[in-house]
Amino acid sequence: MSALTSIVACGSYVPDLRLERACIAQALQWLGPSGGAAVSGARAICNWDEDALTMAVEAARNCLGALRDPEPRVQSVTLASTSLPFADRSNATLVASALGLPESIRTSDRTGSLRSATTALADLALRDAGAAALLVATDARLARPASPQELQFGAGATALLTVRDAHAAGMEPLAVILAAESLAADFVDHYRMNAERFDYALEERWIRDEGIMKLVGESIARALQSAALQPEHVDHLVMSGSRTTVRRLAQATGLCNARLQDDFHAQCGDTGTAHPLLMLAAALEAAKPGERIVLVGFGQGADALVLVAADAAGRAARAPLAERLGSGKPEPYYTRYLAHCGLLEPYFGMRAERDNRTAHTVAWRKRRQTNAFVGGRCRDCGTVQFPKSRVCVNPLCRRTDTQEECPLAATIGRVKTFTEDWQAYSPRPPYVYGNVELESGGNLLMEFTDVDPGELRVGDEVRFVFRVKDIDRLRGFRRYFWKAKKV
Amino acid sequence: MAQGIRDKVAILGMGCSKFGERWDCGPDDLMLEALSEALADAGIDRDRLEAAWLGIFFDEQSTGKSSLPLAMGLRLANIPVTRVENLCATGTEALRGAAHAVACGACDIALAMGVEKLKDTGYAGLPERTKGTFEDLYLPSSTAPGAFAQLASAYAARHGYSMAELRRAMAHISCKSHDNGARNPKAHLRNRITEEQVLAAPMISYPLGVLDCCGVSDGAACAIVTTPAIARALGKRDLVTIKALQLATSNGVEMGHCSWDGSHTLTTRIAAARAYQEAGISRPAEQIDMIEVHDCFSITELVLMEDLGLSAEGMAPHDVLDGRFDRDGAIPCQIDGGLKCFGHPIGATGLRMAYEVYLQLLGRAGERQLAAPAIGLAHNLGGIPNRNVASIAIFGLTT
Repeated sequence: MSALTSIVACGSYVPDLRLERACIAQALQWLGPSGGAAVSGARAICNWDEDALTMAVEAARNCLGALRDPEPRVQSVTLASTSLPFADRSNATLVASALGLPESIRTSDRTGSLRSATTALADLALRDAGAAALLVATDARLARPASPQELQFGAGATALLTVRDAHAAGMEPLAVILAAESLAADFVDHYRMNAERFDYALEERWIRDEGIMKLVGESIARALQSAALQPEHVDHLVMSGSRTTVRRLAQATGLCNARLQDDFHAQCGDTGTAHPLLMLAAALEAAKPGERIVLVGFGQGADALVLVAADAAGRAARAPLAERLGSGKPEPYYTRYLAHCGLLEPYFGMRAERDNRTAHTVAWRKRRQTNAFVGGRCRDCGTVQFPKSRVCVNPLCRRTDTQEECPLAATIGRVKTFTEDWQAYSPRPPYVYGNVELESGGNLLMEFTDVDPGELRVGDEVRFVFRVKDIDRLRGFRRYFWKAKKV
Repeated sequence: MAQGIRDKVAILGMGCSKFGERWDCGPDDLMLEALSEALADAGIDRDRLEAAWLGIFFDEQSTGKSSLPLAMGLRLANIPVTRVENLCATGTEALRGAAHAVACGACDIALAMGVEKLKDTGYAGLPERTKGTFEDLYLPSSTAPGAFAQLASAYAARHGYSMAELRRAMAHISCKSHDNGARNPKAHLRNRITEEQVLAAPMISYPLGVLDCCGVSDGAACAIVTTPAIARALGKRDLVTIKALQLATSNGVEMGHCSWDGSHTLTTRIAAARAYQEAGISRPAEQIDMIEVHDCFSITELVLMEDLGLSAEGMAPHDVLDGRFDRDGAIPCQIDGGLKCFGHPIGATGLRMAYEVYLQLLGRAGERQLAAPAIGLAHNLGGIPNRNVASIAIFGLTT
């Protein structure tokens, strides 16, 4: 039992923007009344420059940033989602590249089912030996306007860092995975064909009775057996989906002492593949050492994992997740939300016709700079600069080949100048950009994100986030870079 | 420092087309309009031209690459023609090529032509340029107003002005240029406006409203240059000579280093110091009688007054509001309307500035003629505050 897999860090990310369900209902009231209680609270939605991939990067940064020394060498990155931007281009590899991880690692995308994150965690628990493995679950699913999903779905990501035998690695675990059991069954509760944008969902009562109660019930029973625990020993049940159904399931499986982890319906909605891990992150904040947690994933079968909270659990360094999820920024315009999702194509003027072809030869050559936001630091004068170049930019230095790599992603910048440009094309006008002073002398003209007109001031501190920079509609491509976000 | 070209080159003749939305004209028509005027002014046949420099910025958009549009459009006598491009300072760059050729004796009479046909693009503003492929990956897709608007936020913060105070001074600049443009028959915009209109105009790029921005125009301007001796031999009595012609090009400091505070154009200060030295000017605010500066946006003109040493640091808004740069002020600025109202056909702009200084020094500026100016300065800026090419040409009258 000494070589059990532990979770040593976790980090979540949910976008700032919140779309009130009442706002959706109001925009669509001509269609008839929509379902009462479901219309309360807000959904977390992506800004135009966010997607499953950028959220994954941010969650992973939060996860790795939560680590105290020693920082383990991450040996694999697994990305679980049903809404990854690329069907054929390793999304996990781009996440790893954005995180600045060395290229000598193993990366994989896990997709095709909402339980791909819990299945991937089960794999890490059962199969991976010795490795520090980063698992990121993320989803930004599209919902058909006026569908029930449009009221349910949220956007978000959660990352977990797991290691085998945390104590031997000198790390304090948050939780230890005692057992993991999976069940594969072709139960079609909902589906989405390739190239289709929206889910097709089946009847909820049938899903509950034939799917969840039976398949999840069986998985939980097997996992508890495997962990040699009785149902009444379970302290927390972490499962997304209808609260009524989860309550009924807890009863049926004998989890009579289990607290049901809140699913954040009010604060952010269902983040799909990421949701079991997002809820687990919250459960780990609340759990006391020694408490047992059952984590469930459902989708064409079920995963059930049994975890025990370790000494480091319950020590949320920052504000609790529930609190952070509740502090979003309202998106008042339903039509702008639709436009960001590509479900409404307003006329943006001729500047939107710009050809955004990417020079992939350059992108490859410069990947450390554009993916990981690594600049240069002059060994002679100390000036930090972006991009890293052969000749130092400091007018009092200008020496050649003196720069070493300087990661900038985790640094703080300061707004030197800015404008709100209503003429330039932006999917969320105005286009806000300006000069940002980097620490130690550098300056970069760059885009600001998550900012509304009137919010920015010269001198504001900014941090840097990985976002969609441009979308190439002609060739079906999007490219990413780092933007400045007001602290 | 090298000896420079002070008084080695004289202007034999100049021409400038009407600027504006020249739906009736292509670039060859505009060039012919300017050259015909210049040849008549110089009193020579075009076959006396021994070499020419052609300035075009948006070759992809309008006129075409290389020197061919000038040589073919005007059916020149197979003389050497060189196409130059240096962003919005392209026109001055053409003049610099021709002036240097004459100053060094490579040829006796040379032509500098600048032209831009912007109104065949289907756009109201400037077309977007293609950037370097690496830059596409990280720089914002900024517009010209957005890039220059940065000056305002930095200037206000640096010197402690509220944006409302700064915008009032900027509005005065636009109104002054419209007043001047109204007196210029070749200007693109000839309407007078009020400061209230400027402040209430639709926002383009905060804090620049549409009336803080210069016109997007078609046009051509040219200069025929020679040595003072040849000019005299050809019968010229009052001579306008080049006192200084200097250029400063950004090396990346403004883009990449925080020693630049974002509130001024670094290269203008460097080019001005060099030009004043070449021209023998030690007290620019007293010695220069009139200026044409690169007022692509109102805020640009404002900060340039300090960059050129004509206002003390942080005092430009006061000097502007006090009327120091109005037509009846100490140093009239943009007496022809400037980029704001004469218009901004990019490749022609530097030569258009020289044209106005030339007319003013010779007393040929008609309704807008100033009282006997002797030294005039033209400042031309290509690029954006974050990286640019600044050129300064100083002209003097020798009687």
